[in-house]
Amino acid sequence: MRGEAAAPDTADAAGAAIAEVIAVSKRFGRSQALTNVSVAVPTGDSRALVGRNGAGKSTLVAVLTGMLAPDSGRVRFGGADAPGLAERQKWRDRVACVYQKSTLVPTLTVAENLLLNSQPTGPLGLIRWGAVRREAERVLAGWGMELDVEQECARLTVEQRQIVEIARALIQGARFIILDEPTAELEGREVRRLFDRIAHLQRTGVTFLYISHYLEEIYEVCRSVTVLRDGRVVAEGPLAAMPKERVVAAMVGEAGRASLAPGRVASASIAAKPALELRGVTIAGVAADISLRVGAGECVGLAGLAGSGKGEIGDAITGLIAPDAGGIAVAGTELRRSDVRDAQRKGVGTVPRDRHARGIVPLLPIAENMTMTIADRLGPAGVIVPARQQNAAMRMVRSLQIVATSVAQPIKELSGGNQQKAVMARALASEPQVLVLHYPTQGVDIASKEALFGIVERARAGGTAVLIISDELDELAVCDRVLVIFKGRLTREFTAGWDSEALVAAIEGIGHDERTG
Amino acid sequence: MTSEPAEALSGRPAPLLSRLPLLGLRELTLVPAIVLAVVIGALVSNAFLTVDNLLNILQQSSELSVVVIAETLVLLAGRFDLSLESVVGLAPMLGAWLIIRNVEVGGSGIGLDWRLAIAVVLLTGAVVGAVNGFLIVRLRLNAFIVTLAMLILLRGAQLGTTSGKTLFDLPDGYLYLGSGKWASVPVSIWVAAILYLAFGLFLRFHRLGRALYAIGGNAEAARVGGIRVERVLWGTFIVAGMLAALAGLMLTGRIASVVPSQGQNMIFYVFAAAVIGGISLNGGKGRLLGALTGVLLLGILQNVLTLAEIPAFWIDAVYGGIILVALVLSRVTGGQAEES
Repeated sequence: MRGEAAAPDTADAAGAAIAEVIAVSKRFGRSQALTNVSVAVPTGDSRALVGRNGAGKSTLVAVLTGMLAPDSGRVRFGGADAPGLAERQKWRDRVACVYQKSTLVPTLTVAENLLLNSQPTGPLGLIRWGAVRREAERVLAGWGMELDVEQECARLTVEQRQIVEIARALIQGARFIILDEPTAELEGREVRRLFDRIAHLQRTGVTFLYISHYLEEIYEVCRSVTVLRDGRVVAEGPLAAMPKERVVAAMVGEAGRASLAPGRVASASIAAKPALELRGVTIAGVAADISLRVGAGECVGLAGLAGSGKGEIGDAITGLIAPDAGGIAVAGTELRRSDVRDAQRKGVGTVPRDRHARGIVPLLPIAENMTMTIADRLGPAGVIVPARQQNAAMRMVRSLQIVATSVAQPIKELSGGNQQKAVMARALASEPQVLVLHYPTQGVDIASKEALFGIVERARAGGTAVLIISDELDELAVCDRVLVIFKGRLTREFTAGWDSEALVAAIEGIGHDERTG
Repeated sequence: MTSEPAEALSGRPAPLLSRLPLLGLRELTLVPAIVLAVVIGALVSNAFLTVDNLLNILQQSSELSVVVIAETLVLLAGRFDLSLESVVGLAPMLGAWLIIRNVEVGGSGIGLDWRLAIAVVLLTGAVVGAVNGFLIVRLRLNAFIVTLAMLILLRGAQLGTTSGKTLFDLPDGYLYLGSGKWASVPVSIWVAAILYLAFGLFLRFHRLGRALYAIGGNAEAARVGGIRVERVLWGTFIVAGMLAALAGLMLTGRIASVVPSQGQNMIFYVFAAAVIGGISLNGGKGRLLGALTGVLLLGILQNVLTLAEIPAFWIDAVYGGIILVALVLSRVTGGQAEES
């Protein structure tokens, strides 16, 4: 699609913009999610919205779909002001978003989902099921989509689900559709078909806002691009005039370049026996043949997009999931497959991906949360001696400078940063030889972030091997080297002193996307 | 600002008064209600505040209280077990059936030694718990429907084995837990008291006990924290089954027979006692002490209602109404509005 009819000039076409945000700002607590953002999407355009995690994409989508009210600024559709937040139906007439998560009712059929609450009715207000089916089929066919409308939505593939969600938006009258990473879970052929479908819909006058991490894709399906960074629009224009290098540079920015630690010399030499070794670890459908070594006292980053398989590799090391093939060893000792206790005993500590889902038991005291990994060391025969638990917890609180009124306080009362420190304390409590950290500074403030990096640094200096699983540049900046995983395969390795743009480009898969090439 | 938490964390034992909230006001919310019930009981009947009557209340509550321990373990781990009441009936019935020689009165004709029969009783509870555990933990079936089906199945099996006969004329040893006395206090009260003490300490001070709270509070986090979630859950169902079997044995001992309906409808009172005692149906929250106050309140109420000569046909309705009031009260005084 690149090079096809010149993209409409966004500035001139603003009057006819099907959707537009004007000087929108939005703040959550102390963090400014959007700052004075103005974006106009002209009718018939297909616009890419790109930016790294936390750049403000989701907030912008929420504002555009009426899920969030901006603190200041306006949203307009087709030149008219957006309806009030409560008028959901009016929003649905104007804009629809296909998220990565399903918004269909899984137990109802495709036809019923498409016509939910607007089913054709007969006398006495009874639903005419035949008409529901025919209507659904007619609509799908009208947009060039084919699907058995009688099947339950729970059984749909990701591709089919997207079709239904798009069709539902079209039935409701929306001609502006936001696609949020639609290809993240699709296979090559499905992606191809999705692109064809988008092109077809574009010709019939549907406008798209396309969010994707795969830059290769946006050059194929989009005409123009808006780049967000730190809640601001940092670049915008037709893709024909925006080479990939410029898009990546805009995403990373100057700050990203500056924050990079200047090539720290790895203090550790990889000994004959690495602290952590993965040999050909394969997880079906997720990651293939991953081999890596982390030496004692070394800090290695494993970087990749969401869905690249990096999280699962971490889970395999900590014993949360079983790899289908390959071996994992800590200090030369093989770990048993899918056995969290075993991994812990052999020296693996972990900070899991999602603090709330996997990190803390909210109602239990801080002390108990932190000592969970060492509960068997707090007294004889499994008895927990309160004084010993308290002392252990107190030591951790002091050493990690956790701010709490008492270690007996339920952990849910702590701030996010302190909760994260407590989860880190839990990982460190068993004095691990290997630390597997998933986004170790997720959702914490700057001060806690630095404190957490300090803790990691201390553990590292003490000879612990650290694997940081993340795609945040500032988290990767503390690593001696970074391995990049893309679609389940290790693709590149960067050693200290790397170039952020090259790293981001590798993470985003530029030059590695065999699907669309 | 920073000095304050540092001071609080200096490790000094907090003054007694400030520790009280940690003990959990929630556990004490039923105490006023219990006091009220006792006062009303004393007013209603002179017979209420006598040693005999109070021991009677405790003895009649003892079986329920043991099943409440079992259910509390399961609820804390965030699961559910309805089948416990059928174990209360089936397990001692099976034991009695094996003991009785006379086939005419519903026995098996085997004439098993009563000691072995008691082992069979406990084993039955363990097996039922293990099967529940397999279906719920391994096959990931819904605990509500699995244990409901199990309840119906076991109830039917109990009726089928004895063709609906009541089994009596059982050896003293088999009945001892419900009929014997230590220091002129019924053995079943001692047993319940010891179990409450033991399981109370276990839940507070043993890592497996704490594991139940962690699993009920956030099973994923517990797994990451190295707790063998499936194994612990499975074990919990087994222990719960054994406790229910023990409660059945105590009940059989008290009434010196096994009736086909033994344990029937008990599960409703088990849940009522646990929930008004502050055990969360969502798991991970509540204490055994609270559950015990729930049992005591129900036991006293039952006794007072009987002494007050409420027409027998209306007792259940009054009882149900009072449980609802107790629930509302415990919510209001407990203060926490987040759980459902």
